[in-house]
Amino acid sequence: MSRRTTGPAIEAEGLTRSFGETRALAGLDLKVPAGAVYGLLGPNGAGKTTAVRVLATLLRPDGGQARVFGHDVVAAADAVRARVSLTGQYASVDEDLTGVENLVLLGRLLGLTKSAARQRAEQLLAAFGLTEAAGRQVKKYSGGMRRRVDIAASILNTPDLLFLDEPTTGLDPRSRNQVWEIVRAVVAHGTTVLLTTQYLDEADKLASRIAVVDHGRVIAEGSPGELKSSVGSGTVHLRLRDADQRPEAERLLQATLGGPVQVEADAVAITARVGGDGSELDASAQAARALGELSRAGIMVDDFSLGQPSLDEVFLALTDRPAVPVTDERDELEAAR
Amino acid sequence: MSSDTATSTGPVPTVFVPSSEALATVLAPSTRPPRPSPLSASLTFSWRALLKIKHVPEQLFDVTAFPIIMVLMFTYLFGGALADSPRDYLQFFLPGIMVTSVVMITMYTGVGLNTDIEKGVFDRFRTLPVWRPAALVGMIVGDVLRYVLAALVILTVGLVLGFRPDGGVPGVLAGIGLLVVFSFAFSWVWTFFGLVLRSEKSVMGASMMVLFPLTFLSNVFVDPSTMPGWLQAFVKANPITHLVSSVRAAMAGTTDASAMMWIVLWSAAFIVVFGTLTMYRYNRR
Repeated sequence: MSRRTTGPAIEAEGLTRSFGETRALAGLDLKVPAGAVYGLLGPNGAGKTTAVRVLATLLRPDGGQARVFGHDVVAAADAVRARVSLTGQYASVDEDLTGVENLVLLGRLLGLTKSAARQRAEQLLAAFGLTEAAGRQVKKYSGGMRRRVDIAASILNTPDLLFLDEPTTGLDPRSRNQVWEIVRAVVAHGTTVLLTTQYLDEADKLASRIAVVDHGRVIAEGSPGELKSSVGSGTVHLRLRDADQRPEAERLLQATLGGPVQVEADAVAITARVGGDGSELDASAQAARALGELSRAGIMVDDFSLGQPSLDEVFLALTDRPAVPVTDERDELEAAR
Repeated sequence: MSSDTATSTGPVPTVFVPSSEALATVLAPSTRPPRPSPLSASLTFSWRALLKIKHVPEQLFDVTAFPIIMVLMFTYLFGGALADSPRDYLQFFLPGIMVTSVVMITMYTGVGLNTDIEKGVFDRFRTLPVWRPAALVGMIVGDVLRYVLAALVILTVGLVLGFRPDGGVPGVLAGIGLLVVFSFAFSWVWTFFGLVLRSEKSVMGASMMVLFPLTFLSNVFVDPSTMPGWLQAFVKANPITHLVSSVRAAMAGTTDASAMMWIVLWSAAFIVVFGTLTMYRYNRR
């Protein structure tokens, strides 16, 4: 089918949107290539949900413009709606209805005949492991099942672009893995996915590109690897034999690696970034030198590893604060309604 | 959790493992069906309203118990004082209380929309490429069934108490038909309220402020000729008065042409004005 286009799935320039005094979007720019998972990463209240609601035609921006597959989200909202689906942060299905009723309802609204809608619903429920629960009201589903029926509803007409707003928030690890598997399958079949998340490992595992959102604008953009290397060439994780030696180790690492050093909650653990001190050496050579210094000072190291910085560290470096919730996203969502 | 889930005799719960073959089947691109017509989309949404009644039958309480109480209460409260007997009063009063009860029930359309739209499912409806008013039209069509049910309940109680309409079956059906048409149009006032006001409670409060004067300051309970002039002026302009006059006439086997004309005009005005306002708000959210 030639429904898929070669241009970008989403282009947004300078999107703004305020709710009273709160500026949820403060000039958001975004370019999402088609055919991959694109992650919008940010803490609660960063503006992710507002961005998704604007792009999905649920909310008009105050300023700026956005196009989905070349269609303006305000002027050509209907053309956008024909190509997208949304799974919101809270259930986007009718909780009073059963699983099969929800899917048949949507199938009918998308133009399927009664029998085709029924058939499609049963096919989807089977693929999502919900056949047994098909006749039960969605409000009686577990969190993971609810998510699955929600995503099933979103891919009923195999959309070209799927918005997933925090799809795994509140799910147990197993349900989370199930959602990840589904997202991978959806993308493998050519649907572009815009995924918002506050979990760094989720963006890292699923997204091929990530935009870090903070205070309603994109503060960094790139592949997970690019984002990580933007804050330094690597990160050294150490575990010492003796917790008393940690202050000394901290001082030595700071001196030899030049990057910020972080002590962990575990009294013997320490994390140091291999920094940009202008040194010609690559990360491994710098790490080896630091290890040598520690050994000379008589500090015993039980465990040593060198890796790329985590996205957590990326976030810390970009915003000078860890990626922890600043406000309750419910506020943002409420305001967005 | 019930205790039997802890025993080992029950079937082992199967853990869902996404299978790539099964997912591939459902993800295979298919040709898209043509988008449904406005009528078809609206009917699908009214099917949703019916399913909700099926799953939450308690919501029929306000279209059954409430009208019964209204009829019994006012028939025996006013009947002896205003007419020779409750039975005599009922011949005059039943069409009026039927209008009052059904029109009061229309307010639940706004309350229902207000609670419904707070849930995520409306986000999905609003991202579907269907005729925009369909979700709301379907919802009101579902509510129209509730109005019909309420009217029939009142009619039954009336017949049991001794209401004997001269218009017979056709007259009664015509009266209920007029009432339902007007109520469908009037419901758009409440969809607008439901979208503008913040909470279910404020929708209720605002609706009551409108409904009480509208239904009581009319010809439902008494003949307006005993009222002071300024009040008569209000009563004469009140759409409920026109509705009651035309329903009363229909059930009595006659036709009140001027009241009927007013009802058509009022209904059209409610749909045009409040339908437009509702859709404006619905699209702007």
